[in-house]
Amino acid sequence: MSRNKTIDARGVYYKQLNETIHAAVAEGYHHLVLQGALGQRYIGVGLGPEVRITINGVPGNDLAAFMDGATIIVNDNVQDGICNTMNRGKVVVRGDAGDIISYGMRGGRLYIAGDVGYRTGIHMKSFRDQKPVVVIGGTAQDYLGEYMAGGMLVVLNLQDSPRPAGDFLGTGMHGGKIYLRGRVPPHQLGREVGTAELGDQDWEELRAVLDDFFAETRLEDPGLARDQFTLLYPKSLRPYGNLYAY
Amino acid sequence: MAPRLVQPEFSVQRDGERCIACGVCVRQCANQVHSYHPEYEEVRAAAERCVGCHRCAWLCPTGALSIIHTPPTYRHGGHWSSEAISNVYKQADSGGVLLGAMGNSQPVPVYWDHLLLNASQVTNPSIDPLREPMELKTFLGRKPDQVELEMSGPEPSLATTLAPQLELSMPIMFSAMSYGAISYPACKSLAMAARELGTLANSGEGGLHPDFWDFGPSMIVQVASGRFGVTPDYLGAAAAVEIKIGQGAKPGIGGHLPGEKVDDSVSRTRMIPVGSDALSPAPHHDIYSIEDLRQLIYSLKEAVRYRKPISVKIAAVHNVAAIASGIVRAGADIVAIDGYKGGTGAAPAMIRDNVGIPIEFALAAVDDRLRSEGIRNLASVVACGGFRCSADVVKALALGADAVYIGTAALIALGCHMCQQCFTGKCNWGIATQDPYLTRRLNPEIGAQRLYNLLSGWAHEIKEMMGGMGINAVESLRGNRHHLRAWGLSDRELKILGISAVGE
Repeated sequence: MSRNKTIDARGVYYKQLNETIHAAVAEGYHHLVLQGALGQRYIGVGLGPEVRITINGVPGNDLAAFMDGATIIVNDNVQDGICNTMNRGKVVVRGDAGDIISYGMRGGRLYIAGDVGYRTGIHMKSFRDQKPVVVIGGTAQDYLGEYMAGGMLVVLNLQDSPRPAGDFLGTGMHGGKIYLRGRVPPHQLGREVGTAELGDQDWEELRAVLDDFFAETRLEDPGLARDQFTLLYPKSLRPYGNLYAY
Repeated sequence: MAPRLVQPEFSVQRDGERCIACGVCVRQCANQVHSYHPEYEEVRAAAERCVGCHRCAWLCPTGALSIIHTPPTYRHGGHWSSEAISNVYKQADSGGVLLGAMGNSQPVPVYWDHLLLNASQVTNPSIDPLREPMELKTFLGRKPDQVELEMSGPEPSLATTLAPQLELSMPIMFSAMSYGAISYPACKSLAMAARELGTLANSGEGGLHPDFWDFGPSMIVQVASGRFGVTPDYLGAAAAVEIKIGQGAKPGIGGHLPGEKVDDSVSRTRMIPVGSDALSPAPHHDIYSIEDLRQLIYSLKEAVRYRKPISVKIAAVHNVAAIASGIVRAGADIVAIDGYKGGTGAAPAMIRDNVGIPIEFALAAVDDRLRSEGIRNLASVVACGGFRCSADVVKALALGADAVYIGTAALIALGCHMCQQCFTGKCNWGIATQDPYLTRRLNPEIGAQRLYNLLSGWAHEIKEMMGGMGINAVESLRGNRHHLRAWGLSDRELKILGISAVGE
């Protein structure tokens, strides 16, 4: 049985708000609705499965950090550092996001309807059945996928910007895949990154994610086609393997 | 290919009359120094491969082997040491970065040896720890500005809410050493010993193997830029969480565990695929300021629901005092400072030997700065980086440390012979390797017992030294620089250390 609870976040300090959330989860509420969130940090930090939080308003930094299975829907923009080291779960943002999102994310999904800032997906890594997936409806700025070690980053550029992603794309990448709608000039790419057309398996994998993305963000699929995308991949899984003297 | 220009550093001397060609040395040496030659019915040595770990000599049943250090016989002067010459040869051969392991091995000043401790004579008599209580118990964590008592009940009770504290039986912990850098039995030895001793071991940044989660209450777990194995359960399992910003052996340089060392077990612990490089660059790319650090500290506090102290570990660098002040103000409960002589499984030798400052000065500067700003109580200070013996520990406490981390000394207790080749993964003592043929040479029960013995001995020595000063609790020793005097240091060095010269 799903039990709902609405929490008024207006004017509540983050520590108290997060204690209220933990208390509600402990009481057995499965679906929490936060009204009037205004920059409160650390919402959903470490939260386990079977909890769903709907946020109206703009939550603060480190939303869903270390999260372990919960679902968070944000009907607005979010700030920096969301899904930091997230282990499992799902976060859907129906607006834009700030910098350093999905840092070290190891599992679960993050969908951003709009644009994201700098340094998205740094150190993302996958492990066994855990494969982090981040889909960005708009564009991304510099250092997308830096040191990426696993998982999947998707940039859809639905507004057809001439610059879907920034510079230093995938610098130090040594695992995972980036699917980017559009083309990126070579000078924007990190040295460790190769580009390719999507294979059958790539497109199948991407298509399944896109269906879920459009359903969750309530955006309309403009009829995305395989040949619109570029696959970015790490040229080597050991980019720094021959660095040392004997 | 032309033979290498580097001359061997060791000579392997085999007494032909004693050697029975049993082959123990052949099997024991992962560097393949020894080989049996049936045509001559004898074992011969390729000395150029010898790293001087003495495993073969220790295990030779007839005592036939001696390993002699034979520094290269290049004609060199004071400026061009044989090591400097060998290093140029190595890099001209390979074009690579010179690697080093363990701590700096250059003959640089050891400031501990310039400090002398006090003892009581006649007045304020010394205390005999064998007969009188002597308290080494140490609490790490944020201390309140003042303590208020509730006196209305039948018994007084504490009205002030205390921040979470770590309770240690002695002011010594095992410093961060990752599974991957060191072996499973080495990790297990440290965890078992920490539990038995009532102190803490530190997982390092490489995650916590599932088998070691039971040791959680005796462990500090680390969070570094690579976030290896960091899950809510990992944070929840430990006694405290440490954010690793830097390491004394390689300030400004990150970690890089080569894929060869990431076997199935290390992969499970770090939560990365088998065989992939584990990269954790020095910068946390989500931390560009003290405010960003504060965000991660409080994110971790939220993750552990404010029940555990959060530590921040940095390397001792030039402006360490200001950095430590920022860290305390960012909300850290513990600041760990790793000095210039701190150890490592692998670091570029140039960085290890040339970057950072000695822990003695860093510690004194940090303690002074925090005191002068009136925030010394907000965080405990843990010193690390090359502690060799209990006297070093006592001097560090008197300079202002709340506790110390020991790493190299603990590995030596496990059998390490300081050959400083950890990065090769061929540790014949089963410590810095993941090769199952080598790791099973280290028995965790025996290892834990040896660590227990070491720290039991140190604890008793610390009590004796404290007793000699007329001090009966480690609390009274902390920051008590009146009990230190220095010899052979300049006025400026004395001023920074905040101590007087001998005879003053």
